[in-house]
Amino acid sequence: MNAPLLSVEKVTYRYPGAEWQLLPASLSVAPGEILAVLGPNGSGKSTLLKLAAGVLKPDEGRVFLAGRDLKLFKRRETAKVLGYLPQDAESRFDYSVEEVVAMGRFAHLGGGLAFLRAYDLEVIARSLKQTETDGLRYRRLSRLSGGERQRVLLASVIAQEPQVLLLDEPTTALDVHHQMRLFSILTDLVQRGLAVVVVTHDLNLASLFSRRILLLKEGCIHCEGTPKTVLTKKVLGEVYGDGVEVISHPTLGCPVVLPTISALRQKEGTS
Amino acid sequence: MTALLTRRRFVLVLGAYAASSAAIVVVTPFFGSEGLDFSEVFTGLFSTQSGIDADIFLFHRLPRVFLAFLVGGALAMCGAALQVVLKNPLAEPFILGIAGSGSLGAVAALSVPGLLLHLGPFSSVQLFSLAGCLACIWAIHRFASTTMGVSVTAILLAGVTINILCGAAILLMRYLVSPHLLIAMDRWMMGGLDIVGYRDLLSLLPLIVPGLALLAVHGSALNQLSFGEEMAMGRGVDVSAVQKQVLLGTGLAAAAAVSLAGPIGFVGLIVPHGVRRFSGVDHRLVLPGSFCLGGAFLTVCDLVARTVVAPTEMPVGIITAIVGGPIFLRILVKKNRD
Repeated sequence: MNAPLLSVEKVTYRYPGAEWQLLPASLSVAPGEILAVLGPNGSGKSTLLKLAAGVLKPDEGRVFLAGRDLKLFKRRETAKVLGYLPQDAESRFDYSVEEVVAMGRFAHLGGGLAFLRAYDLEVIARSLKQTETDGLRYRRLSRLSGGERQRVLLASVIAQEPQVLLLDEPTTALDVHHQMRLFSILTDLVQRGLAVVVVTHDLNLASLFSRRILLLKEGCIHCEGTPKTVLTKKVLGEVYGDGVEVISHPTLGCPVVLPTISALRQKEGTS
Repeated sequence: MTALLTRRRFVLVLGAYAASSAAIVVVTPFFGSEGLDFSEVFTGLFSTQSGIDADIFLFHRLPRVFLAFLVGGALAMCGAALQVVLKNPLAEPFILGIAGSGSLGAVAALSVPGLLLHLGPFSSVQLFSLAGCLACIWAIHRFASTTMGVSVTAILLAGVTINILCGAAILLMRYLVSPHLLIAMDRWMMGGLDIVGYRDLLSLLPLIVPGLALLAVHGSALNQLSFGEEMAMGRGVDVSAVQKQVLLGTGLAAAAAVSLAGPIGFVGLIVPHGVRRFSGVDHRLVLPGSFCLGGAFLTVCDLVARTVVAPTEMPVGIITAIVGGPIFLRILVKKNRD
């Protein structure tokens, strides 16, 4: 296995004034792999991702990017190696698709007016193509569907030319077709040598596309391993409670997680 | 067609803004309660013999037009930056409490007749107003600073609170002072650009120039910030530094403008929206475009203010509200329709 590009070591974090805290958590991701971070709402997935991205500073523990302490990086330097797409990235201003993708070049351009150079235009075109959004380049962001919008935002992060991608629930509110398209793009990127960490609620997408899974529960890491070792009825029952059944995918052999009838009845009973 | 901001497009669009603004600055001084004769002005300007029309143009109308342009430009540019940093399309410089605190300082100076003095290019009213504005910026910074940067909610709440407190203090002073001073106070608070020469204009520069320079360098970072702090951090923006510098720059420029011209509303609110409609939402262009258009807008409003009820004149703040209100509503309606 390759040496990890991003390595988070025993980080803890408590939001100011809050009781909840992330207990010592670690993760690492190497070039050419997708690491899925799973867990129920409030388990600390997004917090862990923000700490890995340097958006939050850990109370304890350290983050290493390409073998160097993240604290030693300037913001622009970090952005050249690490791309971060938060949840609900939305602008009040109606930029065009190519303007949004061009914003990904910020770290590579100087200060001030920062006009694009020929190479930047090449990178923008490549990012649009990789995310299958080149046909949308002159459209306004407000005129796109949720799936198109998400791919455009992904293109803007790819335009940073990062080695590591951190994505926080990029498939939320997308239909199955767009979810599959987005994860297929991620698979392509990984094959080109990128390391991807993706926070998601979709256990089946994680099973299908990720090499490893990190499962969180109540602010601490419950377990880590391959989809086959993590996505079991026993482990999921411990984290999500009863109500899931795990079967094997008929053609791919990876675990598929289904809600059980008893869970549905329980739901009907409570509603 | 591509909307990407290239150097060529930047120069062309900004050149168009600058040329139309320059035309307005050159033409408007010829109009006023007394019309000036073009040929007499030109003759007076370029010959050794000065004429009355040339003197009025050069020493009375032109400084006033420059002041209108500078104040309008500063307020609009500040509004454009604040609308991004505060994530609020209705933001303008006065949302920071600067209108209230500047007015309180001015009213305090006007309340004590012995205080009506001049210190260099500064009048005591201007200095007190400036002190009020700077105290407000300091207070906002204190209230809004957190360990993670600047709290936008705290800025908005602190700004509203400061405006309310200053309003109450102004009411108290108005209640206590001799009634004949109320006219001067009311007149100041309506906003006006009636300066008497270039000296007043110079008094603006030490604050307005560094203030606007602090904003101008962050056009690209503001584009990133419009997608939220986390996204901007991920793209390589030092969010906390940009937020603080924009607040400081806005505070300095708006303080200078308010201290001399009073609280002139609507310019900082509507002009940036107009610029975004005309030439796109890229803030590398929105900021200088707002400066040009804001300057031109206030210059034209001032022209209306000093001609519509000639030989007397109206406070320019009334004109900006009358013109700006409906324009703003139109922008809102059109945006909702789109």
